[in-house]
Amino acid sequence: MKNFFSSKVGIIFTGAVIGLIAVTLQKLGNPANMGICVACFERDIAGALGFHRADVVQYIRPEIAGLVLGSFVVALFTKEYQPRAGSSTIIRFFLGMFAMIGALVFLGCPWRALLRLSGGDWNAVTGLAGLAAGIGIGVLFLKKGFSLGRNYKLKKSAGWVFPALMLVLVIMLIYQVRAQSGLLFLSAKGPGSMHARITVSLAAGLFIGAIAQRSRFCTMGSIRDIMLAKDFHLVSGVLALVAAATALNFVYGQFHPGFANQPIAHTVHIWNFGGMVLSGLAFALAGGCPGRQLIMSGEGDSDSAVFVVGMIVGAAVAHNFLLASSAAGTGKFGPAAVIIGIVFCLIIGFTMREKVS
Amino acid sequence: MAEKIDARGLSCPQPVVLTQQAIKKGLTEFQVIVDTGVAKENVLRCVEKNSLSGSAAADGDSFIISVSKK
Repeated sequence: MKNFFSSKVGIIFTGAVIGLIAVTLQKLGNPANMGICVACFERDIAGALGFHRADVVQYIRPEIAGLVLGSFVVALFTKEYQPRAGSSTIIRFFLGMFAMIGALVFLGCPWRALLRLSGGDWNAVTGLAGLAAGIGIGVLFLKKGFSLGRNYKLKKSAGWVFPALMLVLVIMLIYQVRAQSGLLFLSAKGPGSMHARITVSLAAGLFIGAIAQRSRFCTMGSIRDIMLAKDFHLVSGVLALVAAATALNFVYGQFHPGFANQPIAHTVHIWNFGGMVLSGLAFALAGGCPGRQLIMSGEGDSDSAVFVVGMIVGAAVAHNFLLASSAAGTGKFGPAAVIIGIVFCLIIGFTMREKVS
Repeated sequence: MAEKIDARGLSCPQPVVLTQQAIKKGLTEFQVIVDTGVAKENVLRCVEKNSLSGSAAADGDSFIISVSKK
C-alpha cells in the first residue's frame, strides 16, 4: 500500500493540519502562541508531577500523551510498531536534557518557534536562526560519520511501556480533576492554568500523532535535509504549518506583530539564538525534533522514549536551578547552562564517530 | 556481486548519509538494507534525487533496496 502521507501533498497536509489545530487550541484555551509546544508541555508535565515547583507551569498536557498514543495505534495497524533500543541510551538522555534546557532559554521547541512566528512574535526569527545554526553544526558531524550506533530489536512488550505511561498520566489527570485529590500539582494561574478541555486536547494530540507518524513530520529534519541533501520534502510541511497557522491567526484576531510584550517570550536576542543553537544541535545528534521523538517512542523506539524522559528531567533541572527564561528575560544561570550544553554536544559530536561498514 | 550497505538500526539520517557516500564514490549498482519504513522512504527519495532508480523488497523485518541506473 502506498503511503499517501509520505508524499509531497501528504507532508504539506500534515504541516497545515498541525498549524490549524495548534492555533485552534489557543482559541480554545491553550496559552498564546503555544497551541502545541512539545518542550513547554513536557515542562508542564514535569511540574504537574512535582519534579519542579514553578507553580505557573504545572499541568498534564493530554496533547503529549495523544501524540505518543496516536503514533502507537497507527504504528500497530501499519506494522511499523517495532520495539528497539540500545543506541547510546544515556547519551540520548543527556541530549534530551540539554535540548530542553536550550528550549526553555528560548521558551519553546521548534513547533512553538513556528507558532510564535505565525502569531507575529519576531523573536522567533532569532530562535529559528539559532535552530538552523545548531542543526548546521550537527550536519557537519553527520557528514564526518557521527553515529550513536545501531539499535537492536526488542520483544513486542518492550515498546508498550512508554505509551502505557502516557495513558496513566491522562488517567491521573482525569482523576485529579474529578476528585480534586491532590494527586498532581496543577497551576491555578499562569500558562499552566490555560488549557483546552481534556477531551479536545487529547483528540488533537491523537490525530496529530497519527498523521505525523504516517508523514514522518520533523522540524529539525526539514532543515537538516536541506543542508545535507538539498532535500526540500520535509520543509514543505513546515512552511505549510506556518502558512496555515498565520492565516488562521488572522481569522481569529490572534496575530500581533512585534518584538516586545509577546506572550511567554523575551527579547534577549543572543540567548534566544543561543538556546536554540543548543537545542538544534542536540536534536540533530539525536535524529529528531521533540515532536518526532514522541512519535518514534510511540513506534516502540525506547531510545526516543529515553530522550523524552531526558527532556522532562531537563525541564525540572531548568526550573530548579534557575536556568529557564521568563517574560522578564533569561534565568540567572541559563546562559551558562547553554554553553555547558553546547560543549557537551560538541564533545559527543567529535568523539562518537564510527566507520559503519 | 553488488556492494551491500547495512544501515539497519541506524538513526535518521545515517542510512541516507551512507547512500549518499556510496553514490559519491561512483557506485551505481548497490543494495541498502534498512529496517524501518521511514529509512526505506528516505533512501528511495535520496536515490531518485541522484537520478538513479531504486526498488525496495521486504525481507523479514527489513527492506532491501536495490539501486541501479535508470
